[in-house]
Amino acid sequence: MPPEEPVSTDTMEKEAKQRTVAPPMVTARAPQVPDQGQAGGDKDQVKIQVHGLNAWFGEKQVLHDVNFKVVEHQVTAMIGPSGCGKSTLIRCLNRMHETVSGAELKGSIRYENQEILAPDVDPVAVRRRIGMVFQKPTPFPTLTIFENVAVGMRLHGIHDQKLVTATVERSLRGAALWDEVKDVLHKPGGSLSGGQQQRLCIARALAIETDVLLLDEPCSALDPISTAKVEELLFELKNKYTIVIVTHNMQQAARVSERTVFMLNGKLIEYGPTDKMFTAPDNRLTEDYITGRFG
Amino acid sequence: MSSTVTTPETSPGSAPAPSFGNNLKASRSALPSGDRVFEGLVAGAAGVIPLLAAAMLLLLAVASWTCFQEQGFGFFTTQDWDPVKEHFGMLAFAYGTLASSAIALLTAGPIGVGIALAITEFTKPKYREIAAWVVETLSAIPSVIFGLWGMFVMAPFMRAHIEPLLVHIPGPFFREAGTGLSLLTAGLVVGIMILPTVMAVCREVFNAIPISMRESALALGSTRWEAVRLAVLAPSTPGIIGALILGMGRALGETMAVTMVIGNRAEISTNLLAPSDSLASAIANQFAEAASPGHLSALAALGFVLFLITMLLNMAARLLVWAVANRVRH
Amino acid sequence: MAENLFKVDVKRARIDRLMRGLCWAGLAVALVPLLSLLFMVITRGWHRLDLDFFMHLPRPVGIPGGGMSNALVGSIELVAIASVIGMPIGVLAGIFLAEYGDNRFAKTVRFYADVLSGVPSIVTGIFAYQLVVKPMHGFSGLAGGFALSLMMIPLIARITEEVVRLVPTGLREAALALGVPRWRSIVSVVVRTAMSGIATGLLLAATRVASETAPLLFTAFNNQFWPSGLNQPTASLTVQIFTYAISPYQEWQDVAWTGALVLLMMVLLASLASRLTVSKNRQIQL
Repeated sequence: MPPEEPVSTDTMEKEAKQRTVAPPMVTARAPQVPDQGQAGGDKDQVKIQVHGLNAWFGEKQVLHDVNFKVVEHQVTAMIGPSGCGKSTLIRCLNRMHETVSGAELKGSIRYENQEILAPDVDPVAVRRRIGMVFQKPTPFPTLTIFENVAVGMRLHGIHDQKLVTATVERSLRGAALWDEVKDVLHKPGGSLSGGQQQRLCIARALAIETDVLLLDEPCSALDPISTAKVEELLFELKNKYTIVIVTHNMQQAARVSERTVFMLNGKLIEYGPTDKMFTAPDNRLTEDYITGRFG
Repeated sequence: MSSTVTTPETSPGSAPAPSFGNNLKASRSALPSGDRVFEGLVAGAAGVIPLLAAAMLLLLAVASWTCFQEQGFGFFTTQDWDPVKEHFGMLAFAYGTLASSAIALLTAGPIGVGIALAITEFTKPKYREIAAWVVETLSAIPSVIFGLWGMFVMAPFMRAHIEPLLVHIPGPFFREAGTGLSLLTAGLVVGIMILPTVMAVCREVFNAIPISMRESALALGSTRWEAVRLAVLAPSTPGIIGALILGMGRALGETMAVTMVIGNRAEISTNLLAPSDSLASAIANQFAEAASPGHLSALAALGFVLFLITMLLNMAARLLVWAVANRVRH
Repeated sequence: MAENLFKVDVKRARIDRLMRGLCWAGLAVALVPLLSLLFMVITRGWHRLDLDFFMHLPRPVGIPGGGMSNALVGSIELVAIASVIGMPIGVLAGIFLAEYGDNRFAKTVRFYADVLSGVPSIVTGIFAYQLVVKPMHGFSGLAGGFALSLMMIPLIARITEEVVRLVPTGLREAALALGVPRWRSIVSVVVRTAMSGIATGLLLAATRVASETAPLLFTAFNNQFWPSGLNQPTASLTVQIFTYAISPYQEWQDVAWTGALVLLMMVLLASLASRLTVSKNRQIQL
C-alpha cells in the first residue's frame, strides 16, 4: 500500500503519486529488459533495479558489473568484508557516490521504472525519494530537534506551519522517538544521546517524501541497546518503506533482512533470500565469509 | 654446546644489581643541574614576553599621562588637534580609523567568506592549496607597497572612474567627489589587505566541520549551495564572527597604506569621498617631527588607545574561535 | 518512456548557481588588485632597476644616478640587530612552551604572545621610542632594531612551539631511555629534528620585519648616507620607499617603485622558499 504523503499542490508530485499506485505487471520477458517484473515470487514488487553497475574513484574501479533488485517493503542487507564496495554501492542508489571528487558511475539503476542515472535527472530530486542515514549520527547542531526533522521540508519549499508540525510528529513517531522528545522539541539536535540522535536522523529522512530508506552501517556507532531499538524500528518501518541496510555485522543482517547481497572486491558474489544465504548459500565464497573464514 | 655468552652462573637473575645511588628518588632538588639551568633559561626567555607586554602597557600609559592630565576628558570627545595651541582632541582620528576599518570589513567580510567557501566547498581537492596560496601571497605584500599602489594606481582610478558614478547615489555618503585620496579608498585598500586573514580563519572553521554533515544535508535532497548553508555556514557563525573581529583588529592598526591614501586631513565628514585621517596615520606623520612634550604625549596617547582597542578585539576573537573549535570537537 | 519523476527544481537550481557563482566572483575580485599591484610594481619599477640603484647613495633631485644602496644595507643591518635580540629569545621561549608548557605560567605567556603580536606595529615603535630613543637622545639603528625584535619574538615563539610539538613523543622517549638528561634530549634530539621548521620560522619572521615601515619612522628614522653606527639614524628600504613616494618629485617616485620591486622580489622569494621547505602536511599559518 502506498505510504502516506503530505498534501501538496505540486502537480509533478501528483503525477508521481499516481504512478506508484500502478499494479505490478507480470511479464515473461528476459531479465535483460528490466520492468516492474519480479525477482522471485509473484507478489514481490521491485522498487529498485540495478543492472550492469560499474563505479570508479578516479582511476580505481570499485564496483564491477553489479546486478540485483531491491524488493518493495522488504529489508535488503548488504554484507561483505571491509572495502568490498557495499558502502559505495548503497551510495550509488541515491546518487551520493558522485558527490566525491573524481567519482564516476556507469550502468543502470531504475527506481520504479525510471532511470535515475539518466542525464536529465536531478540528483537533488532523487534524494528526496531515496533517503539515507549515515554511520555517524549527524543532527544539525544549530537546529532544534523540531527544526532538524523539519529541515528537509523547508528545503523543498513546504512552509505551511500546520503541515510541517503534523509531519514532524508523524516522522518522530515513525522513528520511535516521539515519546522521548515531544516535550523538548525546542532543544538543540545535539543534546540527545547517540542512539536518539540516530533515530532523529531517521525521522529527518522520513519527513520528506522518501519511500526508500538507505542505511549505511547505522548502528556501528551505537551501544547495543540503541542498536536493538533501531533494529526494532526497521521491523515497523518496512511496512511503509523499502529499506536497504549496509552492515558489517552478519548477525544483524540475519536478524533484520529478507534478502541479502554479499559483496567481495567490488563484485556482487551472491544475492538472494536471507535464510537461504545464511544456511545454504550457492557460492563457495559466500559460505566462507558467513562461516568466518575471512573478513 | 651453545656459545659461551651466558653461562648458568651469570644468568640475569643472579647478576649484581647496578648501583643508582640516591638518584632513584627523583625529587626536584636532585635534578641534574644541566636540566635546571636549561629549564631556567627557556623559562626566562618565555618570561620576557609577558614582561614586554606589561612594560609596553606601562610605558604607553606613562607617556600618555601628561596628555590625559592636560586635555582631560575632552581628549576623547573633541576634534580640535592643534599642536601649536597645545589643544589635542582625537575624535577626528578615531572617526577615520573606525570608518575606514568598517569599510574594510564590509568589503573583506563577504568576499573573504565567499572565497573561503569557494576554496573549501566548491574546488577540487587538488586545486585547493594553490588557490589558498594565491590569496595568501596578498598577505606577504608589505604595507608600504600597498600604499604606493594605492596612491598611484587605486586613487587615480577611484577619482577617474568610480567617484563620478558614486556621486549619483543619494544620501550623505557620496556627496561630493574628491581627489581619490579618501576615506573610501583607504577602506578599500585595507579591505584588500585583511582579506587573507579573514579567508584563512574562515577556512580553518569550515574545514573543522566533518564531511558527514555536508553529506547528510545532500542526502536530504538539498542543492550544493543549500547543503553548504545548512551544514557549513550555520554552525560556523561564531567562527566567522571571530574571523571578522581578527580582521578588524588588523584593519585598525594598519598604518602605511592608510597614511598614503587617506588624504591626511583631520576632519569628520559623512562624505566617504572626502579626505580623512586615522589614529595610526597621525602618529606616523607627526611623531618624528613632534617637538613639544605635550605633542609627543598626545601622540603617545593615540597609541595607547590603539593598543587597548586592538588588545580587546584580539581577545574577543580568540575566545570565539576557541569556542567554535571546542564545540565542533564532539 | 516514462515521464521524468525527477525533474529539476528550476528556482532552487538557479539560486544554487548564483550563490556559487558569487563565491567564485569573490575570488576573481580578490585577484584583480593583486594582479594590478604586481603588474604596476614590475612595469614601473623595472626601468630604474640598474647598477646605480644598488651601488649609489641617494642623490638630490636633478642629479642622475642616485640609488638606494644605503637603504638596502640599512635594512639588512636593522634586521640583523632585530634577529640578534629576537631570535634567541623567540626560539627559547618556543621551546619552553612546547616542552614545559602545561602550566599556568605557560598559558600566561601564550596569552601575552598573542597580545604582543596583535599590537599595531606603530605602537611598538612608540614603545621603542620611549625605551631607547629618549634615553639615547636621538634616533638610532639600535632603536629600530629593537622595535623590530619586539615583533619577531612572539611570532618566532609561536612557530617554534608549533614545530617542536610536532616532533613525535616516541623520539623524546627513545632519547630519555638511552639515559640522556632531559635538556640534552631536547637540544640534541627534539630541536635538531625540528630544525628545518624552526629555520623556516626564522626566515618568515625576518621577512616580516624586513617589510615593516611604521615602527622605523621615529626609531631608526632615516639617513641619506651610509650607516655610520648603531647609535645613528639608519636608512631602510621601506622608509626610503615611503619618503620617496610621498615626495613631489617624479624622479624619486620612480625610484620608489624600483625599491618596491626589489622589496617585493625579496619577500616573495622568501615566502616561496618557506613554502617549499615545510612539508606538505603542515603549513605554517602566519
